[in-house]
Amino acid sequence: MGTYIIRRLIWAAVMLTIVSIITFAIFFLVPRLAGATPESLASRYVGRTATAEQVKDAAEQLGFNDPLIVQYGRFAKGIVLGADYNYGPSVEHCPAPCFGYSFLTRLPVWPDLLDRLPVTMSLAIGAAVIWLIAGVATGVLSALKPGSVFDRAAMGIALAGVSLPIFFTGIVSLVVFSYGHPFRITAPGGSFTPFSENPAQWAYNLILPWITLAFLYAAGYARLTRAGMLETMNEDYIRTARAKGLSERVVVVKHGLRGALTPIVTIFGLDFGLLLGGAVLTESTYSLPGIGKYAIDAITNQDLPKVMGVTLVAAFFVVLANLIVDLLYAVVDPRVRLG
Amino acid sequence: MSFLEVKDLRIHFPTDDGLVKSVDGLSFSLERGKTLGIVGESGSGKSVTSLGILGLHKGGRARISGEIWLDGEELVGASQEHVRTLRGKKMAMIFQDPLSAMHPFYTVGDQIIEAYRIHNDVSKKVARKHAIDMLGRVGIPQPDRRVDSYPHEFSGGMRQRAMIAMALCCDPELLIADEPTTALDVTVQAQILDLMRDLQRDFNAALIIITHDLGVVAELSDDILVMYGGKCVEYGACEDIFERPEHPYTWGLLGSMPRLDREPTERLMPIKGSPPSLINVPSGCAFHPRCAFEERTGGLSTTQVPELLETEGGHLVRCHLPRERRRAIWENEIKPNLEAS
Repeated sequence: MGTYIIRRLIWAAVMLTIVSIITFAIFFLVPRLAGATPESLASRYVGRTATAEQVKDAAEQLGFNDPLIVQYGRFAKGIVLGADYNYGPSVEHCPAPCFGYSFLTRLPVWPDLLDRLPVTMSLAIGAAVIWLIAGVATGVLSALKPGSVFDRAAMGIALAGVSLPIFFTGIVSLVVFSYGHPFRITAPGGSFTPFSENPAQWAYNLILPWITLAFLYAAGYARLTRAGMLETMNEDYIRTARAKGLSERVVVVKHGLRGALTPIVTIFGLDFGLLLGGAVLTESTYSLPGIGKYAIDAITNQDLPKVMGVTLVAAFFVVLANLIVDLLYAVVDPRVRLG
Repeated sequence: MSFLEVKDLRIHFPTDDGLVKSVDGLSFSLERGKTLGIVGESGSGKSVTSLGILGLHKGGRARISGEIWLDGEELVGASQEHVRTLRGKKMAMIFQDPLSAMHPFYTVGDQIIEAYRIHNDVSKKVARKHAIDMLGRVGIPQPDRRVDSYPHEFSGGMRQRAMIAMALCCDPELLIADEPTTALDVTVQAQILDLMRDLQRDFNAALIIITHDLGVVAELSDDILVMYGGKCVEYGACEDIFERPEHPYTWGLLGSMPRLDREPTERLMPIKGSPPSLINVPSGCAFHPRCAFEERTGGLSTTQVPELLETEGGHLVRCHLPRERRRAIWENEIKPNLEAS
């Protein structure tokens, strides 16, 4: 088990390195291949009023004339150890992990991301709880009576759930439940209260985005659970469980659902990791100041350091989720041999 | 009344293709401490019968009629909840393939503990001790350590022993073993059969062994019931079936059983054809399309369903051939071939 964990950790580190290389290539190599000169790259870092001389100096200072490998080394070092930016008279230290400074605000990217993270996490955790409970419960009930009215209705709704985009369901629910007077149950989007400040307000502000996001995922989980349950409920060990005299509820949950859990855990880990990198559509629809919204704003403003920061953070969460799923495998399915 | 009485049991499954008559008018009885072997090909209704006794057919799908009396209690038509409380406690079952019949994600111990605690209000600790005892009794070495193993960490024979421990943990009075040795190596089969015989003596349970292997029932059974196409075709004491079998299907089963005491050059005598459709059961005697003696009934077996009749003390046969003809065929045509060496 120990060596397995170490191996997975090393593998995760390798993955992150590869991700950083790809990110670097996208942001620095691809523009060069497309014909950008060191000066045109540097021109984004200086103001519009800068003279050609100043741009040339900036390019030199930012190291855009150095060989690519040196540039990557500096980029990676900035993420791991932090970087020093030399603005002539003063040297500004950007602590690790340094993704650079925003073009617009001149603030370092990382503290911004840290500020946004609680919003995205709140959104992801709340939605995950709802979609897991709703999706898995629906899937189990559907699988117990396949072809029944409940099953058909649930699977129809699930089909709608996976098909309807967030910006549709989100806006509809905003119109109905937030702006629509008869059903006004929650505040309009755009406000976020930290959990530590006021849990009730936190939940109140997030309930609509949670449900909207959860609807999308619950649909997929309902279908996944249903398929898994249909399979496990026909297993011989279910018959054994019944032959022991267990009540049907225990048979279904403890034996059936437990047997169908492995793919659900896997997919959940990946989905959740992906969400932590920003629920772009949900956050935009509800104007939640999370990482996804941050990314959209950065892209709109062509604020490259921010986009790069979000990309790396999102990749980090996906790699982390993969790592956790790999470790959880051994817990969920004892037949998986680690080592 | 016997401990277990099955009377005119019918288990039918309505399907899109028609009514599947998996079990069609089956009757037998069994006392405590006795063993009944139910023999037949795949699809002859053996397993359906055993699942029917345990009430394990999914509600609504199977149509069950007839009577099943267990210790003076009628099970057909009893509430599902009541039958559930009997399952595991009063009647238990050992399944064919212990690897797929045990939950892969729980330890062997947990699964036995679970079975014990459904019917006994004891703490986990007491149940665990009982589970270790049971594993020891079925011959698993170091049971106090193996109790925490998962099924996939056991060998096939050990798994079947654990399965038996699980079935016996609540001291059931009726034990049904559905092909208990089919999935096992030959060397292990004998061990498991010995174990079951010893345990049956200890527990004094009524035992039903379901198998297609006559060798298995010869070892263990007091009575043997031969099933074909959902019906009993021959029923009698073990000696009756092996020494004085009267049904052509039983002869076929005996002839297709490999035996060490026969010449290696000799061919087995398989039954021609394949098991009958349970939807369009052949007219008359269900076995007639495959029966080598069908023409000797004078066409009766293609038109009329033969009755299950007693030929002598407790030996029942369902065949149109007159008793003397059957005996003559057995003595002159079948038996010499079986004992050719």
